[in-house]
Amino acid sequence: MKITKEKVEYIAHLARLRVDDSLVEKYAAQLSEILGYIDKLGEIDLTGVDTVAGASFDTNVMRPDEPVRSPGPDLTLANAPERDDDFYQVPRIVK
Amino acid sequence: MNLHQLTIKEASGLIQSGETTSEEITRDILDRIEKHDSSIRAYLHVDRDASLLSAKESDNPDKKPGDFPLRGIPLGIKDILCTKGMKTTCGSYSLHNFVPGYDATVVGRLKADQAVITGKTNLDEFAMGSSNENSAFGVTRNPWNTDYVPGGSSGGSAAAVAAGFCLGAIGTDTGGSIRQPASHCSVVGLKPTYGRVSRYGLVSYASSLDQAGPITRTVEDAAIIMNSISGRDPADSTSADRSVPDFTSGLLEFEQKGLKGMKAGVPREFMEVEGLDPQVAEIFDRSRKVLEELGVDIVEVSLPHTEYAVAAYYIIAPCEASSNLARFDGVRYGHRSPQKSDLIDMYKNTKSEGFGAEVQRRIIMGTYALSSGYYDEYYGRAAKVRSLIMKDFEQAFESCDILLSPVAPTPAFRIGENIDDPLTMYLTDVFTIPANMAGVPGISVPAGFSREGLPVGLQMTARRFDELSLFRAGYGFEKSLGLDRSVNL
Repeated sequence: MKITKEKVEYIAHLARLRVDDSLVEKYAAQLSEILGYIDKLGEIDLTGVDTVAGASFDTNVMRPDEPVRSPGPDLTLANAPERDDDFYQVPRIVK
Repeated sequence: MNLHQLTIKEASGLIQSGETTSEEITRDILDRIEKHDSSIRAYLHVDRDASLLSAKESDNPDKKPGDFPLRGIPLGIKDILCTKGMKTTCGSYSLHNFVPGYDATVVGRLKADQAVITGKTNLDEFAMGSSNENSAFGVTRNPWNTDYVPGGSSGGSAAAVAAGFCLGAIGTDTGGSIRQPASHCSVVGLKPTYGRVSRYGLVSYASSLDQAGPITRTVEDAAIIMNSISGRDPADSTSADRSVPDFTSGLLEFEQKGLKGMKAGVPREFMEVEGLDPQVAEIFDRSRKVLEELGVDIVEVSLPHTEYAVAAYYIIAPCEASSNLARFDGVRYGHRSPQKSDLIDMYKNTKSEGFGAEVQRRIIMGTYALSSGYYDEYYGRAAKVRSLIMKDFEQAFESCDILLSPVAPTPAFRIGENIDDPLTMYLTDVFTIPANMAGVPGISVPAGFSREGLPVGLQMTARRFDELSLFRAGYGFEKSLGLDRSVNL
């Protein structure tokens, strides 16, 4: 699979990344090489094979619904890059 | 007596008999870090005052009476596990200023068992890498030869244990990140069964593969740490509701019964791996003979889908990473870009300034593989291949108790050698990735040295939740090999 420069830019946008112009071509070449290797997965006949999402065999793990105290805004917001009282602050999104 | 060279078991005995104190050991280790870590860069943060304070507290058993095998033992923690009030950066600029308000369950359990936390060890950014060259805060060097990488991503933990900067450490392993650096640094590293150890407070890279475990000087020390950190945690629903054995009983079993009657399988496909270094193959053959002399019955087995494991892993892990790492967007914690005309712009600038090249590559890769129209071709296929790999292990374990293989195809490589060639770097994980895909436990035990003096380990894997077999065989192997592993700095 060949990944173009444009594709890298588009995917980066979806992932909310800004990739330096100097790196786009490098990433495109490296990702093409990696995906070329991954194409070998196409060799296997997977008809009727189960899909697994993880290595945990437990399903529907239950626990008692007991309320616990939340750590509160001071601890929760202690790492906030910008805050306004008990709120996280971000650039305006409604014009 | 060199206090920093003690095993956990030895140190614990000396502390209990009153021959030394945790404070003395901790001070010796902190001095050694101060003197030598500038040339190794195993730690990202060391909190001297806090370590000495908790060492002094542990020296006063009246404060918390009881028999704690980790009482007063200085341990390093990979900087991807949250430590309350102590910076946790994941080796990433995006978290350069992050101070968690809580301890990871693993860290909390170690503290409750009176261990002393010396500091946070260096790693590949968000545990993505096999060399520690992807740390945003400087490369860790291999204490055996500082021109070489220590392996990764728990390279700081492995280097710290080898160099005498702690008596044991915690690492994490998503595709080999405990076992491979342990092999490259001549220390013991155990990746537990998926679910054996809680992931609460372990910053997620690939949630279905990540597992924390011990890196130590001896197999016995790894069992001691496992006794502290294992078991069900209500805060992690993937932690297994299984009884936890006394892992040191695996060693006792060796003392009583040796390894007679144990069957070890050598996967045929592993020995046909392209790029397997002849010296590594030679050390593996010798290791196999050591086990044979101990009475282990060696059989050939097959893991037919081995050649697809790396390819499937490098879909599944980046897919999970692209989702997990979306949270470092500058809203709630960590770095936020000052360049922000609007919200989307803030996200983009924050992440691009915060993440290094390998992390960006994996996010792009995962986002691509999960994007509309490609999901079935990539993630869907990889998840099916994963179930075939699980079946391979189940079938192999029908005819043996443990599997044997090298840990990595080569000894440690030179710093810079593979940095611009991600695919070559990925392929070095060929022996370790299958265990993560199947969720089975694996251990790396020092097995010898190359002619250049670089360490090489032996990997053993076992059935899910059968770490005891690894401790029994690993201890027997270590004991009969009797390697001298003290490193000169």
